[in-house]
Amino acid sequence: MKLTAEETIVAVETTREILSGIHDSRGSLIPVLQRVQNKLGYVPPVAMQEVAAHFNIPAVDVYGVITFYNQFRLTPPGKNQVKICMGTACHMRGANIIQEAWERRLKIKVGETTEDREFSLERVACVGCCTMAPVVVINEEVNGKITPTRVDGLLFSYELDKKNEAAAKGGENNGQ
Amino acid sequence: MASNTQPAVVYAALKEQAVQNRDKLFEKPLIMIGAATCGRAAGALKLVEEIKNELNRLQLEANVVEVGCMGHCYAEPIMVIYNEGFPPMAYGNVNEGVGARIVRDYLTDGDPGYEFALVALEPNDFFPTFSDFPRGVHENKIVLDQCGFIDPQNIEHYIATGGYSALVKVLEADPGEIIETVKASGLRGRGGAGFPTGLKWETCRNAGGSPKYLICNADEGDPGAFMDRTILESTPHSLLEGMTIAGRAVGSEKGYIYIRAEYPLAVERITQAVQQAREKGLLGENILGTDFSFNIEIFQGSGAFVCGEETALLASMEGRAGIPTHKPPFPADAGLWGKPTVINNVKSFSYVPHIMNNGADWFKSIGTEKNPGTAIFALAGKIENTGLVEVPMSTTLNELIFEVGGGIAGGKQFKAVQIGGPSGGCMPESALETPIDFDSLTEAGAMMGSGGMVVLDEDDCMVEIARYFLDFTQKESCGKCTFCRLGTKHMLDILERITKGQGRPEDIDLLMELAARVKEGSLCNLGKTAPNPVLSTIRHFRDEYDAHINEGRCPSLMCKDLIAYYILPDKCERSCDACVGSCPVEAIFSNEDRIKVIDQEKCVKCDSCKVACPPQYAAVVKLSPPSEVAAREQGEGVK
Repeated sequence: MKLTAEETIVAVETTREILSGIHDSRGSLIPVLQRVQNKLGYVPPVAMQEVAAHFNIPAVDVYGVITFYNQFRLTPPGKNQVKICMGTACHMRGANIIQEAWERRLKIKVGETTEDREFSLERVACVGCCTMAPVVVINEEVNGKITPTRVDGLLFSYELDKKNEAAAKGGENNGQ
Repeated sequence: MASNTQPAVVYAALKEQAVQNRDKLFEKPLIMIGAATCGRAAGALKLVEEIKNELNRLQLEANVVEVGCMGHCYAEPIMVIYNEGFPPMAYGNVNEGVGARIVRDYLTDGDPGYEFALVALEPNDFFPTFSDFPRGVHENKIVLDQCGFIDPQNIEHYIATGGYSALVKVLEADPGEIIETVKASGLRGRGGAGFPTGLKWETCRNAGGSPKYLICNADEGDPGAFMDRTILESTPHSLLEGMTIAGRAVGSEKGYIYIRAEYPLAVERITQAVQQAREKGLLGENILGTDFSFNIEIFQGSGAFVCGEETALLASMEGRAGIPTHKPPFPADAGLWGKPTVINNVKSFSYVPHIMNNGADWFKSIGTEKNPGTAIFALAGKIENTGLVEVPMSTTLNELIFEVGGGIAGGKQFKAVQIGGPSGGCMPESALETPIDFDSLTEAGAMMGSGGMVVLDEDDCMVEIARYFLDFTQKESCGKCTFCRLGTKHMLDILERITKGQGRPEDIDLLMELAARVKEGSLCNLGKTAPNPVLSTIRHFRDEYDAHINEGRCPSLMCKDLIAYYILPDKCERSCDACVGSCPVEAIFSNEDRIKVIDQEKCVKCDSCKVACPPQYAAVVKLSPPSEVAAREQGEGVK
């Protein structure tokens, strides 16, 4: 994936800002990468290079750490992140069926982002809400007891929200 | 430095103030709402908002507090109301409408809404309490005692109920005495392995090298386990107090809490708790005016299951990939940055303040001689009363599942209980009399693990559950040991083949042989225990494997490739279109007799039609093997 010139500048500046004031002890490597991801939503190659230079280690080591841990993303996430819990309880209560329902509705596979970058679909390890199984986490919100029809309902409510938002924005623009 | 100030004097002042502030809460009616992650998933935050709106609308004065989780997850969201004239009442399954109604009726008309009440929290003459139910009789809450009853965001609630008094005690005692007490209590590490905690502390204390580090392992990665999360979200200070005591005992001034990134609320709560403890002088430099200093930092994991293994956890904290290393040297001798390090689980630390306050003999009086104390289990799966329970060690599985947990949900038949997550095993009905403790469970082919317990019923396929766990460990293998990296992959391929109906007669022997090799050839416990789910299901449920391999049939009707959906023509109501509307792929049509039929070519087996079909008809069924459908259609003359 290629970054635009503007995206590159933002990525480099954000990373430098995070690195400023941080000691170059390697123990801070993972916390720094977490902060970069929190700000940017993913860790682009330019950010890895900046981080590597700061800690005085080869960039490939940073890449190695990032690809080892499940949490780090190498590509930008969708505006809404849908995470399907794959814990035991969710699995036994049909998480696979839920996963297929999302894949069918969003027309993407797990690990992908929709073309308009509105939704990305992921599987996550147990989120610890086993009693509400099956569980789907949308952005930070935990949704329990999901069924395929509830997937349709959730998507519909997002579409409605989006329409309302667009209408509100349209109103603002007209006002100007 | 005010070294002449007695810590007890400083603490007494803190406590007096805390009690005063807490008591102010009770001057008005007090409404507590369980808002840990599980409660939030059930809509607790909306409930809080609705209750505040309702109070506002009615111009009523009351305090609304968000608390942690009481462990009764099946009844979330839970609300507790303290109001004068009645014992405090707990209400379950409170949605916004019910919540507003209870508040309205109770606070304006004095009607406590018994029809919505779960239990009363204090003994009284007219409503049952927890101890009137089997669960309350079996439970003995030590660590979970305060969970759901105090505000985790307010340190004064913890102090007001006697929190941090154990710390005061040990500040005046000799560190050696603390270790002796922990050793005498027989406390075993609750992370799963059951290593004596006191011994670990002593090794670290006696090890050369400084500084010494203390790490709390809160990387609760086992799917199906959420005990640590609940403690972190509900009583974070009990962990901090336990860690500070441990720091004093082993001579460490620096502690870390390694916490999973998947627990954002727990991270928030514990970070806030550390901040508040510092402000009160219970953490940081010169704790309570003594010359003992102890600091705690939060380190967030990055989503790697193997980091629950202590050497991998250390590698991750040192900024490397979480790959385990050889033991010895054990972390107690050479851990973080090569310095002596004590690594304990959240629960292990949380027991410590209680042991210090009540003494080693008290702790030993609970449970059995070799396994003293309580066991904390997360009950999930097909059980009636899901949630978090704390029972004395030696309680049997039978008591835990059928009395504490209320048996199997929906009147189904019990099949197995999976204990210990991906490292544990499935225990069949014949093993239900096994007492719960570290040694008995290991003997029975499962393991205590960190305490996740998933109950399975007749609808759960044992081959599929074995495949699920192996899929998990195979993905989470760090790749260091060949047997773990390739052996688990090979085993997974075989299991996938079996669940797709392509199994071969020799597959079971091959699985057993591979399992033995993977166990022998792996360095850490991830690989050593990865074959357990497969071995235990083969041992107890061999007939299910045989049905998959020899007949292409899934007896539990779960494996997708081996089932088909079918509408029973004599049960279909004909004029009802519920299934047609629910089908996401338009696979259901009406035939000439207006009976609904599923086009097997189009069907994606999403289960929607089975859910949609009204229960009074229950016309949609699953058949296995899929060839059954054609046979039935012919027999019943469906066109």
